[in-house]
Amino acid sequence: MEFTHTDTRRMLSDTIDRYLRDKYPLSARVEAGQSEPGFQPAQYEVLAELGVIAALFPEDQGGFGGEGFDIAVVFEELGKRLVNEPVMDNALVPGSILAAAGQSDAVENIIAGTARYALAAEEPQALYDLADVETRAEAKGDGWTLTGAKSMVKYSPGCDGFIVSARTGKGISLFLVAPDQVSLRDYATFDGGCASELALDGAEGQLLGKEGAGAAMLQEAADRAVLALSAESLGIMQTIREMTIEYLRTRKQFGVVIGKFQALQHRMAEMLLEIEQARSAVINAANAMALADPERARIIAAAKYSIGRIGRLVAEESIQLHGGIAMTWEYDLGHFAKRLVMIDHEWGDQDFHLARFIEEGRAA
Amino acid sequence: MDLNFTQEELEFREDVRAWLAENLPGDLARKVRSDAPLTKDDMLRWQLILHEKGWLTYSWPAEFGGTGWGPVKQFIFEEEMAYACAPRLLPFGLRMLGPVLMKFGSKEQQDYYLPRMCDGTDWWCQGYSEPGAGSDLASLKTTAVREGDHYVVNGQKTWTTLGQHADWIFCLVRTSTTGKPQEGISFLLIDMTSPGIEVRPIQTIDGGREVNEVWFTDVKVPVENLVGEENKGWTYAKYLLTHERTNIAGVGKSNQELARLKELAASQKRNGKPLAEDPHFAARMARVEIDLMNMEITNLRVLAQAEAGGAPGPESSMLKILGTEIEQELTDLTRRALGRSAQALTPEADDPGFNGPYVAPEGFQHATGVYFNHRKTTIYGGSTEIQKNIINKMIVGL
Ligand SMILES: Cc1cc2nc3c(=O)[nH]c(=O)nc-3n(C[C@H](O)[C@H](O)[C@H](O)COP(=O)(O)OP(=O)(O)OC[C@H]3O[C@@H](n4cnc5c(N)ncnc54)[C@H](O)[C@@H]3O)c2cc1C
Repeated sequence: MEFTHTDTRRMLSDTIDRYLRDKYPLSARVEAGQSEPGFQPAQYEVLAELGVIAALFPEDQGGFGGEGFDIAVVFEELGKRLVNEPVMDNALVPGSILAAAGQSDAVENIIAGTARYALAAEEPQALYDLADVETRAEAKGDGWTLTGAKSMVKYSPGCDGFIVSARTGKGISLFLVAPDQVSLRDYATFDGGCASELALDGAEGQLLGKEGAGAAMLQEAADRAVLALSAESLGIMQTIREMTIEYLRTRKQFGVVIGKFQALQHRMAEMLLEIEQARSAVINAANAMALADPERARIIAAAKYSIGRIGRLVAEESIQLHGGIAMTWEYDLGHFAKRLVMIDHEWGDQDFHLARFIEEGRAA
Repeated sequence: MDLNFTQEELEFREDVRAWLAENLPGDLARKVRSDAPLTKDDMLRWQLILHEKGWLTYSWPAEFGGTGWGPVKQFIFEEEMAYACAPRLLPFGLRMLGPVLMKFGSKEQQDYYLPRMCDGTDWWCQGYSEPGAGSDLASLKTTAVREGDHYVVNGQKTWTTLGQHADWIFCLVRTSTTGKPQEGISFLLIDMTSPGIEVRPIQTIDGGREVNEVWFTDVKVPVENLVGEENKGWTYAKYLLTHERTNIAGVGKSNQELARLKELAASQKRNGKPLAEDPHFAARMARVEIDLMNMEITNLRVLAQAEAGGAPGPESSMLKILGTEIEQELTDLTRRALGRSAQALTPEADDPGFNGPYVAPEGFQHATGVYFNHRKTTIYGGSTEIQKNIINKMIVGL
């Protein structure tokens, strides 16, 4: 058994860590989240140059990684510094779908950081269920036309295309749709990112992969996304952990540092042990990417459930342990806590994944 | 044992309900229902409507122009206000300063300040906390030095809720540094327009603008603005904490939030079925509902005791802990029920002319902000840890 990363992955995480520490101030990130386009495109390009995106794809697709542990290493580092550049939404997720559909040029451009795509899968009426699709696609000539509505399409500004799920006679399929074919209503998100409502009214689309294969392609992308989110979450928890320890050691009330109060010591200890549980869940999920379903599905679901539960605990406890200061916009903690909680609202929350875990267990 | 309200109390509830249905402006109720931010004018408008009816001072004794209602009627009134989605009444004047003036203020102070806090002339804010004095309030450092017929105040208060609207601030200030820290604190009323006062906004994590820093530089305060005796301020502040806390659990508000949550869960669909029928979510809702049912009875027990003239014990600390935790859990479930749409920030959905489409369901566009904002409730007004210390001290006694 071996619980240390390979040298290559260690180097990658050091590189990302060093860059973000020096060149990615939280203040700029928070400000970007409040203005157009909702992130910092220049930072995204630098991350691509550093190999952050290439690490998410295997060699035969033009990358140098693509395994579960590559994804985990990258996103843990991004989480630590609360990076909101759309590496998951515009690269990892669409890239894995485009690769599966044989769109190698698009994947190369994604890896280079010169193209970004967004996934438009979830619909307003659906609660995380990617199979709850009412958008329809009809064959027209040698192409398709799509009609329907998608909700919470993450990081759409400036995208080169949308990957849209829609129903045909053969079930759910995925289509590539050009930006000029859709109408968008953009808004900011609570954790300092951006999203859009997307409407399709006879939009032209190009079928990706086989007709009816959409659900399986989405599931593959979803597993990667869940792993990425779980690792990001772990990174966030680590930063919160450091901040909270530091605060408990310095804030004084009643003449002593508040970390001396046993009530707080126990709350902190519980937080610490739960963060270790979260770390184990992420390691297990990264490893599971190489396994087959239902084992893989069960472990991925277990990770997202754990992250959702522990993420809420860490966000709430760290705020409580800090007291009023944590309620302010100016103090960094709140921004980390918000992202941590919002991660439970992406790609299925803890209840969703608990149910999935139970179901996959039955299938096993 | 009789868990029922009396016939008279039930009729009283009907009267309050009918009056609210008639008199609460629809636009205010709509804002409150969807947790949209209220303006100063919104709050004042509602205050004046209640004042005209004579119900603004529902918790005050009749001799000071109050209703003279006992704890049970006050409780019923608050419940009905919450069910109707009436704007929350700010406690600073009516429930904090008011009772202190009635008990410890001079006749002149009572005659001057009490009517003005009701008719909208004076907006009050509370200046207790300081950057270094939160839970350990007695360590406060803002000083008031007597010079002739006035005090000169220097220092900084913080977390001052809605201080940006305030005409007046009641402050705990240090007037002596000898003896125990509690013994050198005085209770001072300060005009916010005095030269030397600066209000700086603090933005909260949900982006809200409800708290402030208030800085004092050589602020002159007439000695008549001292409440009671010099260096007795701590006693007056503590009086507040041990009185009038029968309403602290927010039963009505939580029942109202639970009802809204159930509506939401019935309309959201998971796997083609209403979320309310999802076993995991249904269990979460049931657990908080049970806690709330129990707390309601706990609260009524405390009320009955208070109605019979019993002295308040550790129950107010218990109700503070329970009430805030249940409230927080409800905000958590509401955010959860929104699914992905909980992430969206769409303040434009507050506009009366907004014609959609809504990202989060109509009326729930602030749910995530509310969830984060409510983290404050277990921190302020004596944090949960401090309340637990109090309960232990009173019961275990070690
Ligand atoms: C939104 C908001 C509005 C507010 N409005 C007002 C207002 O209008 N006027 C006003 O005067 N104040 C106001 N407050 C201030 C509030 O009362 C303080 O935040 C509160 O007293 C806690 O103090 P603190 O924030 O400094 O935290 P600290 O006292 O520093 O506490 C930090 C942590 O230590 C814990 N702790 C402290 N002492 C002990 C102990 N002995 N044992 C165990 N644990 C302990 C606390 O529970 C907390 O978890 C407001 C606060 C907020 C957040």
